[in-house]
Amino acid sequence: MSRCLTERSLDHVVLERGEVANSWKTERWDSLRLLTPNWQSRLPGFGYEGADPDGFRTMPETIAFLERYADAISAPVRAHTQVTSVRPSGDGYVITTSQGDWESATVVLATGACNVPLVPSLAEAVRTTIATLTPFSYRKPKQLENGGVLVVGASATGTQIAEEIQRSGRPVTLAVGEHVRVPRLYRGRDIKWWMDAAGILDERYDEVDDIVRARNVPSLQLAGSPERRTVDLNALTRIGVKLVGRLAGLRDGRAQFSGSLPNLCALADLKMSRLLDRIDEWAKETGVDSEVDPPHRLEPTEVDASPPLFLDLARSGIRTILWATGFRPDFSWLHAPVFDRKGRIRHDGGVVEAPGLYLMGMPFLRRRKSSLIDGASDDARDLSAHLASYLDGAPELPHPGRRNS
Amino acid sequence: MATTKTPVDNGVNVQALLGAREAVKANPQAAQFQWRAKCEWVYGTHSQTAIKKYFGLGQDQQHKSEFTFDTDHPEIFASEDKGATPVELVLAGLAGCLTAGVAAVAQMRDIQLRSVSATLEAGMDIQGILGADSDVRNGFDGIKVTYKIDADATPQEIQAIVAQSQKRSAVYDVITNPTNVTVEVV
Repeated sequence: MSRCLTERSLDHVVLERGEVANSWKTERWDSLRLLTPNWQSRLPGFGYEGADPDGFRTMPETIAFLERYADAISAPVRAHTQVTSVRPSGDGYVITTSQGDWESATVVLATGACNVPLVPSLAEAVRTTIATLTPFSYRKPKQLENGGVLVVGASATGTQIAEEIQRSGRPVTLAVGEHVRVPRLYRGRDIKWWMDAAGILDERYDEVDDIVRARNVPSLQLAGSPERRTVDLNALTRIGVKLVGRLAGLRDGRAQFSGSLPNLCALADLKMSRLLDRIDEWAKETGVDSEVDPPHRLEPTEVDASPPLFLDLARSGIRTILWATGFRPDFSWLHAPVFDRKGRIRHDGGVVEAPGLYLMGMPFLRRRKSSLIDGASDDARDLSAHLASYLDGAPELPHPGRRNS
Repeated sequence: MATTKTPVDNGVNVQALLGAREAVKANPQAAQFQWRAKCEWVYGTHSQTAIKKYFGLGQDQQHKSEFTFDTDHPEIFASEDKGATPVELVLAGLAGCLTAGVAAVAQMRDIQLRSVSATLEAGMDIQGILGADSDVRNGFDGIKVTYKIDADATPQEIQAIVAQSQKRSAVYDVITNPTNVTVEVV
């Protein structure tokens, strides 16, 4: 967005509570790699120029990439500036920060969708003898006590962390709720290549049947690894991870799991089949068919005939619970009447329901790829155009400036 | 030669359901329902449950007529077999809920059903209810539902309909997830 604003000669500042790439530096576990291939994790004018386009950047590599980009576009970043309040005032907004106040006609909210790990309220019932972590406090298997680990949630975070913890010699029980299964490689190409080429990542928010549902789809069970491995439930079962149903209750040291595991796995398998069917159709129509391996399907997800419905945590040796149950954004500092009854920001493709306020980086904000690095470019281009014309139409607004500076 | 497709009719008013969905999104209070049943003991293990009144859409409602269900135990339980067992009625509830879902989902997806039948089997170790072994639970040790469906659809589409029905089934949820049950005596 900063780059787009600069291109339009729109005076702006980028307020960052930490340093550039803050969440990558402080809120990610050590072994995490991007789950989009390097060639696809690109920003405008700043593609991947290394020797491993089909590989997946590590955290240090991702941080370096973003730092170089900020530098290359001379982004006007004010680091170590925590925004504590954004409030409408006159024809614009007053932004209160740890480094003083700003006034601006327009504000772009780019704080992301993952500010706060979601932890179900039944977590309160966990006895203090068991360690609990979220993806923000988890860094590596070594920090965990030896013994069993209950990982709750089987989307991208849950599956990746479950795998590395199991491999560290700590037996993992994985509580599986709704999830989306995809192969890493399909017909010899990366699944993200297919989704990009077939236009799936470019699908627009106003062309989708149920955008609310689409915005709530769990993160794909995908991981970046040099071997381009598929980390699905079958892969986890093969290394010894025990699958159980969704965590449905926790009482007196006993965890209860839903009996719906077989159906949730069936739903994920069916959804994956529909995606691969769509890809096959596109490959046929465009002639890509002849350049790739023939179509194939993955084995159905294996589920025990009778998965356990409860676990006595102490008796089964569980020493840690890791909540991989999702995230939510934190807009507690935004004091504008733009929230719906469930606390979600009301917006139309990133144009918030308040004049001069914009939103970036949320799942399916404007396109299916909106929350991916590659999604920022098209969204920023669209929204900066709207912002610019808003400013053009606005009578005599000052450029963003320090108050009492 | 032009062919016109006969409109799909599984007897489910999908428009009404979609309308209801939008209406309750706008007015969540209207979505608060309460189902009710009244039971009278007859004799031995035989009871009769009557269902007529319920609450929903902001007011008291009632079925067109009262439905009654006799429940009893079979003769091998030294009973009179005046009705199906309560656990068998649970299977009837699950079957009815899932099958209604199959019809609704098929209608929404414009798929014509020709026949749908479900066979349900639920194992139970009666040492639980007899108190003969405290490690054995009272209820089912598992439920297996087998559907045979003849429809104008591919096997994958039919699988998807059945999977979606479970996803939105009330009785499936009641059985697979915990539910608070409070019993009082007044």
